[in-house]
Amino acid sequence: MLEHLELFFKSIFIDNMVFAVFLGMCSYLAVSKKVSTAVGLGAAVIFVLAVTVPLNWLLDQYLLRDGALAWLGPEYADYNLSFLSFILFIATIATMVQLVEIVVEKFSPSLYNSLGIFLPLIAVNCAILGGSLFMQAREIPTLGLALNYGVSSGIGWFLAILAIAAIREKIRYSNVPAPLRGLGITFIITGLMGIGFQSFGGMLTGDNEPPEAEEPTTVEKIEEKKIIEEEIEDDEKAISYNDVINE
Amino acid sequence: MALLSKKDTNLILDPLADNNPITIQVLGICSALAITAELQASVVMAISVIFVMGVGNVVISLLRNVIPSKIRIIVQLVVVATLVIMVDQVLKAFAYELSKTLGAFVGLIITNCIIMGRFEAFALGNGPWRSFLDGIGNALGYGVILVIVGFFRELLGTGTLFGIPVLGDPIAKTGLYSIGYENNGFMIIPPAALIVVGILIWIQRSRNKALIEEA
Repeated sequence: MLEHLELFFKSIFIDNMVFAVFLGMCSYLAVSKKVSTAVGLGAAVIFVLAVTVPLNWLLDQYLLRDGALAWLGPEYADYNLSFLSFILFIATIATMVQLVEIVVEKFSPSLYNSLGIFLPLIAVNCAILGGSLFMQAREIPTLGLALNYGVSSGIGWFLAILAIAAIREKIRYSNVPAPLRGLGITFIITGLMGIGFQSFGGMLTGDNEPPEAEEPTTVEKIEEKKIIEEEIEDDEKAISYNDVINE
Repeated sequence: MALLSKKDTNLILDPLADNNPITIQVLGICSALAITAELQASVVMAISVIFVMGVGNVVISLLRNVIPSKIRIIVQLVVVATLVIMVDQVLKAFAYELSKTLGAFVGLIITNCIIMGRFEAFALGNGPWRSFLDGIGNALGYGVILVIVGFFRELLGTGTLFGIPVLGDPIAKTGLYSIGYENNGFMIIPPAALIVVGILIWIQRSRNKALIEEA
């Protein structure tokens, strides 16, 4: 239960799709001019991620990863088909999006009317493929957690596009320098929001892991070293102080 | 030049500046931002995209009369995915460390909107040679921005270029550091990429007023 909660909040705030790894930026920038359309697209993203991430998790677990074919018999245990993941993942996503579109159209025309136009767009949204690829890279252990990861990443993306759409509606009344109008200011605001979201980093464990795409840089390593050294010095001071008292 | 007519040259040169895929067409932002903390990663990413776009555009252009328009998105995805798998395998074989750094972002070239965008907008309606030039041109325009952003982020963030220190040694306080210069750790964090691109857009649009958007 605890790991579910942790993954849930981690994917929404700390590893937010938009602010930490920049997934789905294209539609994020293109469809964030009005709050109502942003909500529609955001809902569609949550929905599709919730379907495709668990599905791709099953594919990864029972077909693609090293030794995944062992269930077919011992002679298949050595196969590693992980080089096929890109093409299988994107095929799953494209098919699922098409399928979801047909099903939703049949059973819930009102939902189809609000999501409909966004569904085809979503097949080529990097957030969807990114969800599956990061699920694979992070080696999420169970199907339940994979579903959780899909839903919570979707919610994170939804929050991000909702926030930027609201800001862009307001900023229309501000006096932005002409060359920055539109795209430029949106980039800079997203950057500032990203910095804001970084402050969630210490929320869960107090241990701010950098996103996996980026190795800790030399600067950070040096700073870490400094902090550790300072702590050691502090400890030494404390010890000598205690010694003095004891004497 | 006999090889390239003026129109063909424009296909390559336009996306480099006035019709840049990132700053004007707003395509392919996702991968452009995530991997630009280091110059080397940016260059490799740019080369990969140039390869995928060049070849992909030619393949789609050759197939353009055969693909039924209803399933063209899936066909396009399969073509790109195949090319990206090739890039990924080559990277894993010859530059394993780097392919670890790029991680999932190589795979995300598949959903890079530039590629789908150019397939839809150009390769489906033009011959292979012109499509090839268009692909290379747009991928170069993308690469230029990647390299500029990567250059500034690595230089200001860690004081290195391609991992080689160029501003002196921050610990031993040599070079620029001896007069009190400090690395700007802000440039390393992901949101800095957005702000650098925002500033690039600002500079480009102040130089070319025709690009300014109506509020």
